[in-house]
Amino acid sequence: MKWTRKNLLGLKDLSKEEISHILDTATSFKEISKRAVKKVPTLRGRTVASLFFEPSTRTKTSFDLAAKRLSADVITVQAASSSVLKGETLKDTALNIEAMNIDCIIMRHNSAGAPHLLAKYVKVPVINAGDGAHEHPTQGLLDIYTIREKKKKIKGLKVVIVGDILHSRVARSNIWGLTTLGAEVWVCGPQTMLPPAVDKLPVKATTNLAEALKAADVVIALRIQMERQQEKFFPSLHEYTREFGINTDNIKLAKKDVLIMHPGPVNRGIELSQDIIEGPYSVILEQVTNGLAIRMAVLYLLLQKEESK
Amino acid sequence: MKLLIKGARLLDPENNLDKELDILIEKGRIKKLAKGIKDQKAKKIKAKGYLAAPALIDMHTHLRQPGEEDKETIYTGSLAAIAGGFGRIVCMANTKPPLDSEQDMDFIYTQAKRNNLIDVLPVAAITLGMKQQDLTEIASLKKAGAVALSEDGYTITDSNLMRRALEYARMCGLVVICHSEDAALSRGGVMNEGYMSTVLGLKGIPTAAESAAVARDINLARLSGAPIHIAHVSTKESVEVIRQAKKDKLPVTAETCPHYFTLSEDALSEYDTNLKVNPPLRTKDDVEAIKEALKEGVIDVIASDHAPHLESEKELEFDKAPFGMIGLETSLAVSLKLVRDKVIGLKELILKMTARPADILGLEKTGLAQGDMASVVIIDPDKEWQLKKENILSKSSNSGFLNQKLKGKALYLISKGRLLMAEGKLTIKEAA
Repeated sequence: MKWTRKNLLGLKDLSKEEISHILDTATSFKEISKRAVKKVPTLRGRTVASLFFEPSTRTKTSFDLAAKRLSADVITVQAASSSVLKGETLKDTALNIEAMNIDCIIMRHNSAGAPHLLAKYVKVPVINAGDGAHEHPTQGLLDIYTIREKKKKIKGLKVVIVGDILHSRVARSNIWGLTTLGAEVWVCGPQTMLPPAVDKLPVKATTNLAEALKAADVVIALRIQMERQQEKFFPSLHEYTREFGINTDNIKLAKKDVLIMHPGPVNRGIELSQDIIEGPYSVILEQVTNGLAIRMAVLYLLLQKEESK
Repeated sequence: MKLLIKGARLLDPENNLDKELDILIEKGRIKKLAKGIKDQKAKKIKAKGYLAAPALIDMHTHLRQPGEEDKETIYTGSLAAIAGGFGRIVCMANTKPPLDSEQDMDFIYTQAKRNNLIDVLPVAAITLGMKQQDLTEIASLKKAGAVALSEDGYTITDSNLMRRALEYARMCGLVVICHSEDAALSRGGVMNEGYMSTVLGLKGIPTAAESAAVARDINLARLSGAPIHIAHVSTKESVEVIRQAKKDKLPVTAETCPHYFTLSEDALSEYDTNLKVNPPLRTKDDVEAIKEALKEGVIDVIASDHAPHLESEKELEFDKAPFGMIGLETSLAVSLKLVRDKVIGLKELILKMTARPADILGLEKTGLAQGDMASVVIIDPDKEWQLKKENILSKSSNSGFLNQKLKGKALYLISKGRLLMAEGKLTIKEAA
């Protein structure tokens, strides 16, 4: 199939074919990172602008490297050290950068819908690197890729997402992507952190971790944000860890070949115990490696589409 | 100037009038109502196929003056009102600074007089500076011309303060317009809490934030015996509480806005900030409940909650954009859909936009009877049109109905005998 979308803002509206196309494209790029000379000229001469309004280790580095391994030039605008501090709006930031004739904007922002706003004002492709609690499409894609690589399929698998679903863009992207590909998705967390109208989402919701683990082929644990305790979503980290933390005891409830995943950064000892993070079920670091391949695929597909216009 | 309106269907439900008659207006009053009036000296308005009703009243607008004159002024708000068929508009107190003193009432009346367009009637704040500490001088405000009290934009969180305010307002004969919102439940929320807010990843405002506060205000009205008017009702739950209050014969009236009976949260899928309002657009079930409430009479009034904001403010990330949409120019057209969809009849619609707000605020009602002051709106109920940005008369363009196909428009507005709009165009020189 031929990629036709200008932007990648989320996974909700992508078809099964579109998602599979990105995954298949990523497979061919994964090999490049294993060579001694980790570079192909595919996007030589193209310029990618990285607009990060929120801190990031993995996503930012991953996108930067992905662009560079494809020989593109990368410029970075970190909001914390930009004119955004002087009150410049997103619209103006975008228009100004576009005026320097760049080819693509990758953006992470703490406001849901910010990439939609950006896409209204710029002519170049926009890649959403995470917008508030809305979506983080490349994370969803790399999670799905990792599962597919390990389990050889997605359809029929039971994938359990554990944690603060309410505030998680990773959960949402995974819910859309995985259900489109036919997985059975469960969400598990404290009642206060299951999203409104969860019964209308294509998922099974539970506050009982044991029940979820018994069903799981894959467990995706989400990071708990410390400030949510202040906002009264749960009484203490101590209780959260006891009720929803995954450790070597409760993992016994799951299948012997269960996968443990986490988008990172992990709060060691809270959502995942030390032994789980470093144990045989964990594919956390492989997720990171796959993330690079996925982002190369996304950049390639979006920019190649623009070129062939 | 003598005006002769020929061939319109006269609709003045308050006076049981629904008949095709000519109207002759002279010296600011309705001189004669009859078939086939002839008067050579009069300016003729060909109104066959149109409706003539008492000029509309909008009892909930924000005119942003003083303090935010780049969004709107009393003058530009009046222009928008004329285009929408309104002969009287009521402006809320949450200006910068708020309208909380006699001088502020005076300011509004003076501006309106200077503009020489339509009547603009001020609402006064309940507390000084809207700080929710001390009461405003309510008796003096009444004498200075306040038509109601409201802390709209906010709810008075201290129920004891609200109780005393209601008792005092009752003594002074001023209705309290309640913006009922539990601020703790709604804090940080930017749209209705539910499926769409989950899908869009935005913090939601649960319906309980409105219904719990409406219940509180209704119970305080019961306690104090003071008349209250619930502003911008948006939820099925609130309708249920208000319905019961009316059954209990409590002094409670209610209003809703056109967007709450036409738009639902599903319209927000593209993060359109023009649809970011408070209270937020709710579910389709709530929309149906609002329509039902209008039909039953549980909701008495349709008001616009005209809330102008700068383009630069609305062109921000969804959670950063301010709440509100303009509505004076589209309120009638959008509301006529209720009639076409057979939710309410034309007479009931006119009442909800004329006599009912007048009754609630204790305003003089002008009708289409001989001898009445001539404030008349002539409407073409079939006119198809669209609100395009370049044609908006309000200073701001944040409409939730931009570029949508609308049907029905006010074409003529006569206010106190003066023709302010003819053939859909204002007949007074607009300021630059």
